[in-house]
Amino acid sequence: MKSPAHRGRAGRAPYLFLVPATALFVLFFALPIGYALWLSLRKVRVSGLGLGSGAREEVWAGLENYTGALSDSELLHGALRVLGYGCIVVPVMLGLALLFALMLDSERVRLAPFTRLAIFLPYAIPGVVAALLWGFLYLPDVSPLYYVLDALGLPQPDLLDGGPLYLALANIAVWGGTGFNMIVIYTALRAVPAEVYEAAKLDGATPLQIALRIKIPMVAPSLVLTFFFSVIATLQVFSEPTTLKPLTNSVSTTWSPLMKVYQDAFGNGDIHAAAAQATLIALATLVLSFGFLRAVNRRDRQETAR
Amino acid sequence: MSSLAVPGTEPTAGTAGGTVRRPARRRRIAPLPTLTLLLGAVYCLLPVAWVVIASTKSGSELFSTFTFWPGTGFAGNLADLAAYRDGVYWRWMGNSALYAGLGALLSTCVSAISGHALAVYRFRGREALFNVLLAGVLMPPVILAVPQYLLLAQAGLTDSHLSVLLPQILSPYGVYLARIYATAAVPADVVEAARMDGAGEWRIFTRVALPMMLPGLVTVFLFQFVAVWNNFLLPYIMLSDDEKFPITLGLHTLLEQGANTPALYTLVITGAFLAVLPLVALFLVVQRFWSLDLLSGAVKS
Repeated sequence: MKSPAHRGRAGRAPYLFLVPATALFVLFFALPIGYALWLSLRKVRVSGLGLGSGAREEVWAGLENYTGALSDSELLHGALRVLGYGCIVVPVMLGLALLFALMLDSERVRLAPFTRLAIFLPYAIPGVVAALLWGFLYLPDVSPLYYVLDALGLPQPDLLDGGPLYLALANIAVWGGTGFNMIVIYTALRAVPAEVYEAAKLDGATPLQIALRIKIPMVAPSLVLTFFFSVIATLQVFSEPTTLKPLTNSVSTTWSPLMKVYQDAFGNGDIHAAAAQATLIALATLVLSFGFLRAVNRRDRQETAR
Repeated sequence: MSSLAVPGTEPTAGTAGGTVRRPARRRRIAPLPTLTLLLGAVYCLLPVAWVVIASTKSGSELFSTFTFWPGTGFAGNLADLAAYRDGVYWRWMGNSALYAGLGALLSTCVSAISGHALAVYRFRGREALFNVLLAGVLMPPVILAVPQYLLLAQAGLTDSHLSVLLPQILSPYGVYLARIYATAAVPADVVEAARMDGAGEWRIFTRVALPMMLPGLVTVFLFQFVAVWNNFLLPYIMLSDDEKFPITLGLHTLLEQGANTPALYTLVITGAFLAVLPLVALFLVVQRFWSLDLLSGAVKS
């Protein structure tokens, strides 16, 4: 029944079906990235007093914006802050996600459906609202924590300043992200066939041994995946510190690198410096995440070779 | 196998048979996992419980009464919120529903047709195209959002509903999920049989593949709905007219004004409470017939 014309139609079909996605990709991904790269290599030259229509012209800047960004202490400090923040968020969030997933997967656990849904719930709450809720819980005037500390006569730390600020911000990210990662890891755990555990149980392995020696290695791929996405999300933290900003003086407009990009682009109107910084952040993200993936793959290959 | 497994089980479970991984219904509860999960649930529900209770307090009660004691001002707070700037809060809610609802619907359509094409056909450049689309996941939103703003400004589209809607239609993760679902749910021989019957490729997609992919597409829709509803950066960059703000941006500006006037705190808190409701309700309703596991691309539950 297959006429050549028919087969020809099928041959074109997948390309036609992919037109919308490709068009959107070109318009809203490829073109903006190319434009950002172009902008990052340009600058505005002001001649004379900068008045009049011809006084400001866009000229080629080479790598000037990049060297400027790399020697910018505000950007560097922002990057260090986010690094410190990420060192808290990623291990704690993934550790908790793994712990909860293992507990959900353990035998004779009660209330699992309820707790699973409750731990997942923050995923449905926007980062801005999460930051807002926790922000109020950190405020001495309205927080139950301070109420209890006050009643007990204990010292009341300022959660929105200095070192505790990192914990306060990290807590918001951990709260919002644990549930989703838990679901990813738990799904992987449930896909492990039952026979794998039976042998270990017959050998008298304790649940802890089974968790450490069998379950965690079995879900390693999903741990790698969640780590990968957590690092990317952490490097781009923006809405939480931006939301906490009105509540404290300790969050500057350039607290995280992304906030600095926003500030330069729209606060200071230096779109070229902002484009260079955004490109550097994207590069750092790609290098970090792919470097990690390669390291993991190499270890995997060595282990299978052994 | 079954007889060997029995000695390892609890005596009370004598009735449980077979080598199922969790022998059905044993009496004893494992205390440690249950307790750990309960603590996790309390931690996750605490801020939500707080906002529910805090939204019932009037301005003076907020600062004077114990945090977890309900107040008497809920009706007053609602009225204040509705009256704030001629009810701009409801505009924000409506805008969020529009961005997230329409955006997620369009995104699901694009993901479905792309996932179908990538799963059902073998054609030159398939993997390359898929990888390029997926690489979009890795792009930091800001490296996209700033030039997107500048490009849309040249098209005269900034500060419009479209400027928030359009960039969020293509979801790399949605295409990825749709491809997985299409691979798993649409058998090649069914497609072949439809083709033998003379069905065109478009007809095969809409009449044969689409109904089979539907459960998975619900997940793509939910995922994208949450992503758009929760997005802050893009509308923050694109919009300046607060009549077009989504709820996230609206609450943010309300908090910024409220920082200097604690009288606005109750408005922010009540607004935050109402903003949480739609998505929580959505998940509570949907989880009756939809499994959370689908979110990570699990095909069989």
